[in-house]
Amino acid sequence: MKLKRAAYPYIVWMMVFILMPLLLIVYFAFTSGDSQSFLDFTFSLNNFKRFFTPTYLKVLTRSVNLALLSTIISLIVGYPLAYIISKEKSKRQNIMILMLVIPMWMNFLLRTYAWLTLLGRNGFINNILAKIGVSPLNLMYNNKAILLGMVYNFLPFMVLPIYSVLTKIEKNLIEAAEDLGANSITIFRKVIFPLSLPGVITGITMVFIPAVSTFVISDLLGGGKYSLIGNVIEQQFRVTGDWHFGSALSIVLMIFILITMAFTSKIDKEKEGGGGGLW
Amino acid sequence: MMKNKKMIILLVITILSLTVLTACGEKKPTLNVYNWGDYIDKEVLKEFEEEFDVKVRYEDFGTNEDLYVKVKQGGSSYDVIFPSDYMIERMIKEDLLVKLDKYNIPNMDKIDDRFINLDYDPANEYSAPYMWGTVGIIYNKTMVDPLTKWADLWDEKYKDEIIMLKSQRDTLAVALKKLGYSMNTRDMGELEEAKAELIKQKPLVYSYLGDEIKGEIVGENAGVGVVWSGDAVTMIRQNPNLEYVIPEEGTNLWFDAMVIPKSAENKELAEKFINFMLRPEISAKNADYIGYSTPISAARELLPEDIKNSLVAYPTDDMIKNVEIFKDPTDIIAEYDRIWTDIMSEE
Amino acid sequence: MVSKISKKIYLFLMFAFLYIPIVVLIAFSFNDSKLQGVWSGFTLRWYIDLFKDAEILRALYITILIAILSSVISTIIGTFAAIGIHGIKGFNRNIILNLNYIPVLNPDIVTAISLMALFRFVKVEFGFITMLLSHIVFSIPYVILSVLPKLKQMNVNLAEAAMDLGATPFYALRKVIIPEIFPGIITGMLLAFTLSIDDFVISFFNTGHGISNLSITIYSMTRKGINPIINALSTLMFVVLLVLLLVINKRSDEDLKIGGN
Repeated sequence: MKLKRAAYPYIVWMMVFILMPLLLIVYFAFTSGDSQSFLDFTFSLNNFKRFFTPTYLKVLTRSVNLALLSTIISLIVGYPLAYIISKEKSKRQNIMILMLVIPMWMNFLLRTYAWLTLLGRNGFINNILAKIGVSPLNLMYNNKAILLGMVYNFLPFMVLPIYSVLTKIEKNLIEAAEDLGANSITIFRKVIFPLSLPGVITGITMVFIPAVSTFVISDLLGGGKYSLIGNVIEQQFRVTGDWHFGSALSIVLMIFILITMAFTSKIDKEKEGGGGGLW
Repeated sequence: MMKNKKMIILLVITILSLTVLTACGEKKPTLNVYNWGDYIDKEVLKEFEEEFDVKVRYEDFGTNEDLYVKVKQGGSSYDVIFPSDYMIERMIKEDLLVKLDKYNIPNMDKIDDRFINLDYDPANEYSAPYMWGTVGIIYNKTMVDPLTKWADLWDEKYKDEIIMLKSQRDTLAVALKKLGYSMNTRDMGELEEAKAELIKQKPLVYSYLGDEIKGEIVGENAGVGVVWSGDAVTMIRQNPNLEYVIPEEGTNLWFDAMVIPKSAENKELAEKFINFMLRPEISAKNADYIGYSTPISAARELLPEDIKNSLVAYPTDDMIKNVEIFKDPTDIIAEYDRIWTDIMSEE
Repeated sequence: MVSKISKKIYLFLMFAFLYIPIVVLIAFSFNDSKLQGVWSGFTLRWYIDLFKDAEILRALYITILIAILSSVISTIIGTFAAIGIHGIKGFNRNIILNLNYIPVLNPDIVTAISLMALFRFVKVEFGFITMLLSHIVFSIPYVILSVLPKLKQMNVNLAEAAMDLGATPFYALRKVIIPEIFPGIITGMLLAFTLSIDDFVISFFNTGHGISNLSITIYSMTRKGINPIINALSTLMFVVLLVLLLVINKRSDEDLKIGGN
């Protein structure tokens, strides 16, 4: 088929702009030397050795914990939302989905920054509390604020895929279950939830990946007090200038994400007998 | 359907051609300036553009290290940059700067003697000082008790009031000075001790910030902060409840200077710019706007009374007898990074 | 009954959570004080200042320009690529698709630094071109992923038949394939446009020479204390997008009525 050829330019493009950059990162990660001259590098495993010290492992653990927590919270508050929307009439469904997406049109940094206005010591919430005589609370610059920022920014990524899977569940399946005398809880547990799993898996990956690698949210809402892996990577490229270590950290992060995804899509496949998982 | 498609294609072509056209416009000589955030009166840039009929492309950075990485990794060529003392030392050592042609910068003569031939550039071949100052503590008289020394930042009663600098070097220096060590120490034992101090202090800290400190303290979100003297001047202007002290244990005396990197594309214009910035009336305009201290006496004379006589901006020799100037830490920079990450990974 | 009320409360809380920060942002664009969080009277001065602020207007111009260019270019490359990939089967197809997935799945920061390494390696000057290229790189995969399903729905034999009847591949493409997959192309282009407008991390690492988009400008502003001008700008952008959406929605409703389908 002649149309195949239309893909060839893009294959070259992918080699240059997707594969090559990754190979460069791998090259940096396994070498040491002056970051700025590409030719005098020597092979070295020091960057990875350095990562596997308590300092940096602790940072990775904290990032993973926060990301997991925000994913779980998004799932718990997001699933019912997706479910309720999918049960509405089609016109209302569209409106509600639109309402879910509209906040994402505000610039990501501004959306996050808005929380500073709300949570700051002299912020909106504390001002209201002061009016009713409550002394100001410390809401900003802690792990909870970071968590809130993650859930707020990534919640729609959880709701949308679950919603789209839920709307595709065949009505007659549910009716059949009802006919067989199953109550609504059983139907949900035995029919709806298992069928919505692919959406849940997509949602989990779409929340977990940006959450585990963010450096902006921890920067803005954490007040620079808590480094996540994203902050340390940024630090290597922008402050320390150690591209080798920064690349090694990126590779660790990538591998970690690949493993998590392989793991979740495996669960998906076992339950589903072969879903749309990638790896 | 077909109509829509044609419309879209037409639109795309119009936009593309518009972009190409705008990209080809204006061909004045351009000067690329890279300076600290909030560190110039933008009016001055406009005046320079008008007087010399050029275009200034102005960018800003947050720390010396940001600047270094940008200059060293190339990809962006700047004509004039504004590093501090120890960074100038490092850049000279790594052969990243070009020597200034003093003939093109006659205003060099206007700089006070105490600001030339300093250790970081012993023969003053590469740099022309821009501003100078100290690092100290600013506090809000109405919110907290007065502070006098770095050790006060470890006092429980200031819990959740303290803002530290988000800068590896400056914050470690605070802890080192508190312990009575040199801020240029290369002794791992002393650095580890300083790290332990900062970890101990962390629960009291409200946040670690950069330029945002100004807004947070002026807006009374926190009562105590570590700041540069020039910022303190601006902050006190905006909120008279604030007070600046140079801590008893001694502090960091710093100098920011203008230099020309090797990658500069327009050295001659860069020298014109440096000369322009050293004009007393221009230096005074900047000093008035940003609050930092000018190294040119003639410029200081032009400042409004409140700044001219401010002990925050122009401390007496007695107040700064106990100061140190940063030296280049390049070879132990990975240690700084590890220590900083250790502090940032504590709960 | 109880469950109905609790459902209402839950929905209310969820949407309140999503909208409160935005309402606050918009409200403070009319606040007569630089300090956010304290209301000190109504003003429009930030909107007036906005149109005088050369830095922000330039950032806005760059943001929109990059978004338009990158979405158009990535739509063109992506559509052709999708048509080609559609014709490839088996193992090769899997490799291509997985490679294509990398920018979608990789964390932004990894994509950003790997592209930065590439640009450094080939010694390009950082600036407009590098930022544009990086946006195209992360946009194409989304275009391909929106076009491919439409190709799958299309009747495979249509294009083949056209070519058998003597149509050149280009003619077949223009007259048969493109019209069939047009909705997918538009979806992909809109997606690319939105991603580009909202991007911070990738632009942040791949810019230079004073080229900064709105995200970068906002980021450096958050470090100096946000200026209400930015609130004013985002309010305006928000309103424009909202109106645009309402118009599109209304038009497609009317189309539906006329077309009866």
